Amino acid sequence: MSAPSAAFRPAAAMLSLSIREVSQALRDGRVSATELCRKCIDQIQRTHYLNAFITITGETAMEQAQRADNRIRTGKPLGPLDGIPFSVKDNFCTENIKTTCASKMLKGYVPPFSATVVQKLLDQGAVLVGKTNLDEFAMGAGSTDGVFGPIRNPWSYTTLYREQSTEDPDSDWAISGGSSGGSAAAVAALSSFLALGSDTGGSTRNPGSLCGVVALKPTYGLLSRHGLIPLVNSMDVPGIMTRSVHDAATVLRILQGRDERDSTTVQAPSTPPSLPEHFDIRDICVGIPKEYHAPGLSTDTLAQWSRVAAMFEQAGARVQEVSLPHTQHSIVCYHVLCCCEVASNMARFDGLEYGHRSTIDSSTDAMYATTRHEGFNNVVRRRILSGNYFLLKSNYERYFVKAQQMRRLITEDLKNVFRSGIDVLLTPTTLSDAARYTDFIQEDNRTRSAQEDVFTQPVNMAGLPAVTVPTALSRRGLPISLQLIGQTLQDWKLLTVAHWMEQQVNFPMIHLHGDSDERKLDRLVRERTHTIGS
Amino acid sequence: MGVEVYSSLSYFTLASSCRLCKTTFTICPHTNTSMATSSSGYSRMFCKLRKYANKSQSLYHIDSFNLVIRRIWTSGSKTQLQPKVHTKSLPQMVGVVGLEVHAQIQSTSKLFSGSHVRFLAPPNSLVSHFDASLPGTLPVLNRRCVEAAVLTGLALNCTINRKSLFDRKHYFYADMPAGYQITQQRVPIAVNGMLVYSHFEGRRRNQVVTKSVKIKQIQLEQDSGKSLHDDEQSQTLIDLNRAGVGLMELVMEPEMCCGEEAAAAVRELQLILQALGTCQANMAEGQLRVDANVSVHRPGEPLGVRTEVKNINSVRHLAKAIDYEIQRQMEVLQSAGKVLNETRAFDSKSGNTIPMRDKEGLQDYRFMPEPNLPPLFVYKSEASVPAGVDPAQVVVIDRLSAQLPELPSVKRTRLVETYGILQEHSFTLVNEDGLMDYFENVVQTTKAEPRKVIGWVIKELMGNLNSQNLKVSQSPISPCALAELINLAESGHISSSTAKQVFQEMWKAPEKTVGQIVKEQDLWMINDKEELQKICRRIVDSHPEEVQIIRRGNKKVLNKLMGEVQRETKGRTDPVQVRAILEKMVS
Repeated sequence: MSAPSAAFRPAAAMLSLSIREVSQALRDGRVSATELCRKCIDQIQRTHYLNAFITITGETAMEQAQRADNRIRTGKPLGPLDGIPFSVKDNFCTENIKTTCASKMLKGYVPPFSATVVQKLLDQGAVLVGKTNLDEFAMGAGSTDGVFGPIRNPWSYTTLYREQSTEDPDSDWAISGGSSGGSAAAVAALSSFLALGSDTGGSTRNPGSLCGVVALKPTYGLLSRHGLIPLVNSMDVPGIMTRSVHDAATVLRILQGRDERDSTTVQAPSTPPSLPEHFDIRDICVGIPKEYHAPGLSTDTLAQWSRVAAMFEQAGARVQEVSLPHTQHSIVCYHVLCCCEVASNMARFDGLEYGHRSTIDSSTDAMYATTRHEGFNNVVRRRILSGNYFLLKSNYERYFVKAQQMRRLITEDLKNVFRSGIDVLLTPTTLSDAARYTDFIQEDNRTRSAQEDVFTQPVNMAGLPAVTVPTALSRRGLPISLQLIGQTLQDWKLLTVAHWMEQQVNFPMIHLHGDSDERKLDRLVRERTHTIGS
Repeated sequence: MGVEVYSSLSYFTLASSCRLCKTTFTICPHTNTSMATSSSGYSRMFCKLRKYANKSQSLYHIDSFNLVIRRIWTSGSKTQLQPKVHTKSLPQMVGVVGLEVHAQIQSTSKLFSGSHVRFLAPPNSLVSHFDASLPGTLPVLNRRCVEAAVLTGLALNCTINRKSLFDRKHYFYADMPAGYQITQQRVPIAVNGMLVYSHFEGRRRNQVVTKSVKIKQIQLEQDSGKSLHDDEQSQTLIDLNRAGVGLMELVMEPEMCCGEEAAAAVRELQLILQALGTCQANMAEGQLRVDANVSVHRPGEPLGVRTEVKNINSVRHLAKAIDYEIQRQMEVLQSAGKVLNETRAFDSKSGNTIPMRDKEGLQDYRFMPEPNLPPLFVYKSEASVPAGVDPAQVVVIDRLSAQLPELPSVKRTRLVETYGILQEHSFTLVNEDGLMDYFENVVQTTKAEPRKVIGWVIKELMGNLNSQNLKVSQSPISPCALAELINLAESGHISSSTAKQVFQEMWKAPEKTVGQIVKEQDLWMINDKEELQKICRRIVDSHPEEVQIIRRGNKKVLNKLMGEVQRETKGRTDPVQVRAILEKMVS
């Protein structure tokens, strides 16, 4: 796979717009849905070296776009997403479209139904352009451990990064983060306006952060998990990735709410049609958890954290240090609980009803064993083994029950902080910007997950909403993002604060090495900043 | 596309050998001689054992067999079967029986999916995405199943847990597609109940003894699919129609002592479930599956090592399997052997229990909470339903209590008290589906005493039904027709012996009315005094010897003359009238 010299062309101008902007352009007739869809698919092809997509659904996408055009032409668009191209992580079921979880186990599997969140987007007229790459069964934090290979961070193909690199673009590139790396890369590389990820321990926010896109992990239960192939049922949530907070809010409004197919979903609180344009940040109290000054936090990231905290303070918000004493134990407990549910959830993959089946069939047990050995990678197998160990009758109290108790304490910590008057917590999303692939794979998946998920997974343990917003580029030219954590079901308030933050930080538009018309791009960046800031 | 789409009307196939098929049959030398033919109930078992003992005299010392027999007796109902002679100072060994009952919930759809529930549907035709464990599907609890469990819990005097939880129980088995079963291990829906049941004792088996057994818990859980093992082609076929059907698992404490008690308890449970409409409770169709935990010990000592007996498909076999197993364990212990904690299958052909190969040794089910189902809440009353929750969408105990039908024990008491019938007859009326209604219908449309009606219903009606293997609802004689017949007999228009004859005619020709049959066959009672006189005169004249004997004082011989009159008139005379006439003539 080689990176072409001119990857992102300004011809993709339309592609770098936000959903709000492009939706308007569609209605104004400045672009048609089929044109837009074609551009996205072209962009996917042009950036195929990123390895962000597993399946490209060009044909059905063009049909959907055609229908959207018909509606728009007759003045009856279905809503703000009608005709908007989107992509979906390949662990969400899509009817009649392969859903692989980047695993040999589900290679070629075609689900007979669509996940509720996917269906809701389709029902709104959004156009599905493809299924995105990930770590196998979403187990990982780098998008380096899927059967289809690692995903490359689009920002490692920008002029800034390439100019610093002395190496070949095929050997020196940064990871996308994971496990929803493909979705993050798709949004960052302008091949989708919106992508769905899943977030169990940070799998939406981590790649969102490293790829410089807005990534929202909603409150647990606010979005249906029906059709999301589970990792940890008690922590999984569908995640939303866009290039602006406003867009994320638009999508949240469409996806949220009770689903009779998922008994853990809750009624969504009533939300206004869009985020408030005028919002007084002085009413907000921002908590800075001191335990998030973790070892390994990069100076760039720390600097961003301080800078944004200062921005809040200068704007009149109350900024206050808080303590989450049990946070340090969270990652260990997360791993125990994660492995237990993984062991249980993966039990259904026996080669009998669907998916890979071994040719060894000397006995039922032999067939199960070889099917599972051949179908799962090392990471998955290890988690299954650990999980089954933790769940043994003699170990259950020592591991599972203890981890659950700790989970409650972690949740209590967060509740107490919010009870004390804090509205949102401001934290780093990851320890640093994206690692070079060659550096990242020096350590195994287990170690990397523990490092990468350290700031993100406590939120999953407690079921709270969190959003990551890119704030600046590191010295290496890679995105650095900060995370805002909100109270249960206060997703809207969280996004309101995130929107304010986004307006202050002026994160740049991606600008790829080899893009010729720089002035056009610059104008685009200004336009977009202006729109968001207005 | 490569996806393995399961199609209806087809099985999932899986070429392999089956664990169950590798079962080795170990036959104990003590057991292969008897107990093979069908027997039910306790007294018959006793006869079998006697034969067994006699047959085996040449092989074994007789004393040990006497001991066996006596011990078996003590495991049975104590009042009748208690041995009179105690030869040893040690207390006698007794059997201890606990039951685990899986009752398939009668509902139109499965416990966690919308698939229909139907017996004998084409293979894999009732399988939803969830039932086939397609990844990404989630369980959605069926309220009807919860209501069935609560109703059953209420009928069995259980405490209903306002909050219960679901757990996953893991094991790999081809007919359990998710690799785990959703059940209620930690906090089940109902606990601490009691099942009251009765059985018969006494020489004529008409003495009703009432007993009770504690119900530890009732839990909701999923049924598994079915595996069919094709040994010839060495493959296993899977039918998932049953996978995910709602089950109530009822766990009874080990408080019973023999097969007959267990059988009576299960029979009563069947009646209760059927009355509630929560389970059809047909063991042969697998709607009710009973596993028996059996051990033996000396009273006062800790319970012995238990075995679990499975594969029992009728109440009759349940009694047999348990009694066999108690006897087997006693023999093992007596010959200084050890009872193994194992699962045994009942073989209905031989009447034996045989060890099943254990599912790969010790099973660790690795229980964990089911994360996709929030706690199940049921509410006491509509008033206790929290705000924001639609009372119509939740399970309310008071609402279900009000729906409880008349339970079998209450029915029986009412029948005895209202109609003055024997207790044993009340059992028959309630046991037979529809018989009680039939009886009450007849009683309401006839002037005859209920005690007379019961004779007709139990002897004539049930006799005919049983001999032709018919259900009450299939009776060719309606309650109305029977009432009409009884009325004719009561009013003296036909004699009681004629009535029985007419009953059989009606059975054969249900399209005819009682009146038609009586008229056609000329069965009306001869009430004309002169005609009666004539007939009697003929009989007296043709039996001079008998008349002589009567006149000499032997009045008994008058009965013979009466018999002759009956024969002559085909029973169409009133014996009281005939006797009076004959007495006059011979005096």
